[in-house]
Amino acid sequence: MRKMIEGSRAVAEAVGLCRPDVISAYPITPQTHIVEDLSQMVADGDIDAQYVRVESEHSAASVCLGAVAAGSRAYSATTSQGLMLMAEVLYNIAGMRLPLVITGVNRALSAPLSIWNDHQDTMALRDTGWLQLYAENSQEVLDMHIQAYKISEDDRVLLPVMVCMDGYVLTHTYESVDMPTQEEVDAFLPRYDPLYKLDPDDPYTLGAFADPSLYQEMRYEIQQDALGSKAVIKEAARDFKASFGRWMGDVLDPYQCDDAETIFIGLGTVVGTLKEWVDVKRGQGEKVGALKLRCFRPFPLEELREALGNAKRVVVVEKAVGVGAYGIVAAEVRAALYGQANMPPVTCAMAGLGGRDITFETFEEMLKRAQAGESDFFAGMRAELLEAS
Amino acid sequence: MEADTETQVLFERPQAMQPVRMHYCPGCTHGIVHRLLAEVMDEFDLVERSVGVAPVGCAVFAYEYFTCDMLEAAHGRAPAMATGVKRVRPDLFVFAYQGDGDLASIGIAETIHAAARGENISIIFINNAVFGMTGGQMAPTTLPGMRTSTTPEGRDLKLAGNPMRVCELLAALDGPAYLARVAVTNPRRVREAKRAIRRAFQAQLDELGFSLVEVLSTCPTRWGMPPLDALKWLDDNMVPYYPIKEFVVAEGLAEAE
Ligand SMILES: Cc1ncc(C[n+]2csc(CCOP(=O)(O)OP(=O)(O)O)c2C)c(N)n1
Ligand code: SF4
Repeated sequence: MRKMIEGSRAVAEAVGLCRPDVISAYPITPQTHIVEDLSQMVADGDIDAQYVRVESEHSAASVCLGAVAAGSRAYSATTSQGLMLMAEVLYNIAGMRLPLVITGVNRALSAPLSIWNDHQDTMALRDTGWLQLYAENSQEVLDMHIQAYKISEDDRVLLPVMVCMDGYVLTHTYESVDMPTQEEVDAFLPRYDPLYKLDPDDPYTLGAFADPSLYQEMRYEIQQDALGSKAVIKEAARDFKASFGRWMGDVLDPYQCDDAETIFIGLGTVVGTLKEWVDVKRGQGEKVGALKLRCFRPFPLEELREALGNAKRVVVVEKAVGVGAYGIVAAEVRAALYGQANMPPVTCAMAGLGGRDITFETFEEMLKRAQAGESDFFAGMRAELLEAS
Repeated sequence: MEADTETQVLFERPQAMQPVRMHYCPGCTHGIVHRLLAEVMDEFDLVERSVGVAPVGCAVFAYEYFTCDMLEAAHGRAPAMATGVKRVRPDLFVFAYQGDGDLASIGIAETIHAAARGENISIIFINNAVFGMTGGQMAPTTLPGMRTSTTPEGRDLKLAGNPMRVCELLAALDGPAYLARVAVTNPRRVREAKRAIRRAFQAQLDELGFSLVEVLSTCPTRWGMPPLDALKWLDDNMVPYYPIKEFVVAEGLAEAE
């Protein structure tokens, strides 16, 4: 059914359709609307779940860990500082191979304090063992949650998935979305049937001590399954299309990239702006394209090589600074292309930090500077502030 | 006019307070508590040697309102940060200002441990029974049956647990030198609240250990009430659940007055 709803509401309803047994969260802006909506839905009896109001994100993640270990489907959402506080438990969840979905609303990190959007929070958690998907718009973030449970609970994967959505830009804007029915979602996503769970009749210990004779193999297995999950993510996108008729890419989603001389890479909502700008540039006869990096973990290495191979230059719209090194996404894109024949140079254009708008002007600046051969820079800067300090 | 020579200043803005407009909602009692804190800082002549730690919560901008040095904490971590400052500069007066989400929810560990260690810091604790800043969700101090945005049908103790009485909890420890709960719902209570803040400050100045004043506070916006109704609601509902009294008064402190 078509509805005009807030992005947060779209997520809450999608999560509800996935029939979680346990929801646990701690409020934090701009994630709050999602968990408020869910608490209302639980109170109204629309979702048959336990909603656990905990004292922090660290506990929210731990409640989810326990709930999944006991064989149920769980959900949480947080952002920024809350994600940082969850970090310890996020590693544990992945290490125990527990399927879980959380929404990682993207917001800048303190200090200075900011409640606005960039990608430094979820990007800091890229090596936790969680798979990470980034959504462009409300429809995609809605669909992604349904796919995420399917991916996470797949026996070939058994790794948690973080669905990343831009704070405010997506959480607080209203868009028209197509909300699937319960029957449709049930048909796509069967009830969670754990491969293993805590059960005295079939005893397991999770998270046990691994001495040096064991630890490395455990990490190896996570790494193998995370890399292997790429196929499952693609499969989920294909199956979703077959069931719901919608396709927004699998690990990548190229837009006007086939003959593009310059390809801009983005994650999340900035891709929408990029596509608009690409249309304008194409109208002026300039061959630019936009490539949505829909999946950051696992990193789509081969797919990127293929997608970028014919371009003259690549510009990464970078919303996560790897302080003291390079942009986080750009560094990985470069690594993917390293050693390949005829690969284009990759420019890292850092922008949109702490909620600064990325506009057509910002893209123009990026393009110009990339064409002039600059490789790493901050775009959309306020020079007067730097002079003042 | 000769009368000028007889003009006296009877009331003015405390030195400890910045001459700016506050962002708090109309009728919110955060502002009254700021004022009391500033008056007591003035009275003890502390402005030039104080460091305050601001919380994450509606008082996140407290650093805009006091003229002393301020430090912004991560959500709930103010007592630990205040501990660090005080250990390095015991000559400074160090206080934290925190809400119930900050102090009693995410930061309860820091609160209990700073109190148990008897850290020589002072905490002003605003108990308004909700998370004000993030939109009025349930706090650990939300009353039974109280509606919030995460307990839309009212706090059901079976599902959402029991409220926490922070002063009573901390009173079980040996570290605190002064613990009191006050309210600011009428002029008499405001005066009593100020006296409690004075005693808390005195405890630190006398190096007696941890001090905390819990102020029952209104949040008209998130309670969905006009300010006057909120004051009455607080008196009728919060005061019976959270008794107003002094819980711990160190011996030396009692004598100092
Ligand atoms: C780690 C972390 N989690 C959550 C938040 C979001 N947050 C900001 S303020 C707040 C609660 C504030 O409530 P309270 O301390 O009661 O103060 P009030 O706003 O009512 O004065 C929360 C949950 C945060 N900033 N950091
Ligand atoms: S939301 Fe509540 S606590 Fe915050 S300023 Fe407004 S009235 Fe005060």
